[in-house]
Amino acid sequence: MSEKPAEIMFAQACNMAMAKAMADDPKVILMGEDIADEQGGGVFKVTAGLSAQFGTDRVRSTPISEQAIVGAAVGSALVGYKPVAEIMLMNFITVAMDQIVNHAAKLRFMSGGQTSVPLTIRTTTGAGTGLGGQHSDMLEAWLAHVPGLKVVAASNPADAYGLLYSSIMDPNPVIFIENTPTYFTKGPAPAPDHVVPLGKASVPREGTDISLITYGRGVGASHAVAEKLAGEGISCEVVDLRTIAPFDEETVLKSVAKTKAAVVVHEAVKNFGTGAEISSRIHEELFSELKAPVGRVGSGYAPVPFSPAIEKAWMFSEDDIEREIRKILG
Amino acid sequence: MADKDVLIDIFTRADLIMQSDIKFRKMIGAGQLQIVYYPVRGQEVVSAAMMAAVNQEDYLVTIYRGLHDQLAKGIPSKDLWAEFAGKMAGTCKGKGGPMHITHPETGVMVTTGIVGSGIPIANGLGLASQLEKDGKVTVCCFGDGASNIGAFHEGLNMAQVWKLPVIFLCQNNLYSEHTPMAFATSSETIKQRGDGLGMRSVRVNGNDASEMYAAAKEAVEYARAGNGPTLIEAMTFRFHGHLLGDTSHYIPEEEMEQALKDDPMPILRQQLLDMQISETDIAAIEAKNAATIEEAAQFALDAPYPPGDEYRIDVLDVEIAA
Repeated sequence: MSEKPAEIMFAQACNMAMAKAMADDPKVILMGEDIADEQGGGVFKVTAGLSAQFGTDRVRSTPISEQAIVGAAVGSALVGYKPVAEIMLMNFITVAMDQIVNHAAKLRFMSGGQTSVPLTIRTTTGAGTGLGGQHSDMLEAWLAHVPGLKVVAASNPADAYGLLYSSIMDPNPVIFIENTPTYFTKGPAPAPDHVVPLGKASVPREGTDISLITYGRGVGASHAVAEKLAGEGISCEVVDLRTIAPFDEETVLKSVAKTKAAVVVHEAVKNFGTGAEISSRIHEELFSELKAPVGRVGSGYAPVPFSPAIEKAWMFSEDDIEREIRKILG
Repeated sequence: MADKDVLIDIFTRADLIMQSDIKFRKMIGAGQLQIVYYPVRGQEVVSAAMMAAVNQEDYLVTIYRGLHDQLAKGIPSKDLWAEFAGKMAGTCKGKGGPMHITHPETGVMVTTGIVGSGIPIANGLGLASQLEKDGKVTVCCFGDGASNIGAFHEGLNMAQVWKLPVIFLCQNNLYSEHTPMAFATSSETIKQRGDGLGMRSVRVNGNDASEMYAAAKEAVEYARAGNGPTLIEAMTFRFHGHLLGDTSHYIPEEEMEQALKDDPMPILRQQLLDMQISETDIAAIEAKNAATIEEAAQFALDAPYPPGDEYRIDVLDVEIAA
C-alpha cells in the first residue's frame, strides 16, 4: 500500500509560497492590515508565522489605509523591492484603484521603461457565505482591462503555491485573487520547488465534445459537471486559465479547435465579464469551425445578495454549467 | 541669511526654472509646442531651495505642475525639453509627457497627474530607504489642494507611524485650480493638518530663499537622523494660472498685484547684489542658463518622434504582440 500523498489547504499553500519567496529573496516584503503575528497573522491567518520567521520589518501590519498600502508597495517596488500587499478583501481594492490603475500599471510605460513596479497584491473574495454586497465581489474583469497588470487566480493549493511564487518574482504588477470560501479546501501538496509560470493555462481534464474554460472556483464546479456528464457519454475538457490576464490564448484555442464547442465559466457577474473577452477571441479565430456559439456562465446582474435563498439563485452554479453545455451540444 | 554659495546655488536653479517657464510659454503661444502646460512662474524659489538641500541620489516625487521641481532636482534640460515635446530622446521616450516625467539618474522617480497620489508612493520610497539604511530622503511635492484628498491623510499618517524619511513639501500657492484655499479647505493652514496627524510640521515663506532653505535643511537632517517625516507648508504664489491659457480671473486684482510685487525672483537677485555678488557674475549665470535653454529647446524641436510601434514596449517587461 502506498501512502496517501500529503494534502494541504489553499491558505497554507499561499503561506508557504510567501515563506519561500521571502527566504529566497531578501527584497520580498509583506504589507497589509493585521498580517503580522501580533495582530493575528491576517484575518484568515494566511500570513501566520511569517513575521515570527522574518521579522516585522519585512512583515508589516499597516493602518486601514488601502491607498497608502498599495502606494507604499508601488514606491518600494520602484527601487528594487518585491512587495506583497495584502488587500484583505477584493472589494477594498476599489479604494486603492488609483494607485493600481494610474500608477502600478502605468509607471513602467510612462517612464519609458526606466522604472518598473514588481509588486503583488494578494486579495481574497468569493460569494456563497452570506457576506453580502461589499465583501464578496469578483472584480477581475476591471483589472484585466488595464494594460500593464497581470491577473492570476488559482484553483487548487498546489497551483496557488506555484502561481503565488511566480507572481511575487514577476517583474510586473500582479493581482493574485484568492477565494475565501475555498481557503480551507485541501489538495495535494506541491513539491517545495514547484513553480507555475504565469500566462500558462492547464488542462486538468481532457475531453473531446466541449471545452469548459474557467479559472479559480469555476474549475471545481466544471470538473463536477464534467464528471456527471461523463456518465452520459458527454466528454468535457476543462481548461484552467490560472492566469486571467494575459490569458493563454494558445491553449484555449487549441482546446476549442479540437472540441469545436466551448463554455466560459466564472463566478463573476456575467455581463462585461472576462467570459465576454474569451468568448469573443474564440469566435474571432474559430467561428466557422464551431458547432454552436460559445456559451457563458457567470453570476447574475445584481450585487451579491445577503439572504442565502437569493444568493444561491444569483450565483453561478453547476446546474447553469450543465444547462449551457446541453444547449450548445443540442 | 543663508551663506553666499548656497544663495548662488539657489539662484542658479531658480533662474533656470524662470527662464524655462518663460520660454515654454513663448513657444506654446507661438504654436511651436502643442502641449498642456502648468506654469511654474512664481514658485521657483521653493523648489530651488528645497533641492539645494538634498543630494542627487535622494528621491523626488512630484506632480503635473512639476517643471520647477524637476529642473531644480537636476534633470538635464535637453532630456526634459525633448520629453515635453514628445520626442524619443526625452526622459521617457515621449511616452510620459510633461505630466509624467521620470528620471531615476537624478532621483526623479514619479511625476503624477493625479492630485495627492504621489504621497503614498513617496512613503514606499522612504520605506525602501529605511529598510536599506541608505540614508536617502524622499521629497514629495504637492499643492494645497492635495491636502483635501484622502491619499494625503492616509499617506501622512502612515509616514508618521513608520517614521519614514520623507519630506512632504506642500507648495501652497493658495489656489487649487480655480478655487481659493479658504473656499474648500476647512483648516486655516496646511500645517495644522500635519500637526493633527502628529507630524513635525512647519509653515514658512517659501518665496524667501534663506527661510525656505533653512526649513528644508532642517527637515532633511531630521529625516536622515531617523526621526521621521516633516510637513513643510511653503507659502508661494503662481502668476500664470492653473494651466496656460487660464487668465486667473478668479484671483482678485489686488491679490495678484501684491503677489507680483513680492515676486521672489527679483528679490533673490537683489539679495545676491546685496551680498556683494557682482552684476557681471549674476549676468553670467543668467546667460549660461539662457544658452542651456536655447540649446535644449532647439534639440527638442529637431529630435525625431518615437516610432508608433513604441506603444507595444514597456507595457509589461516583454513586448506586446502587434
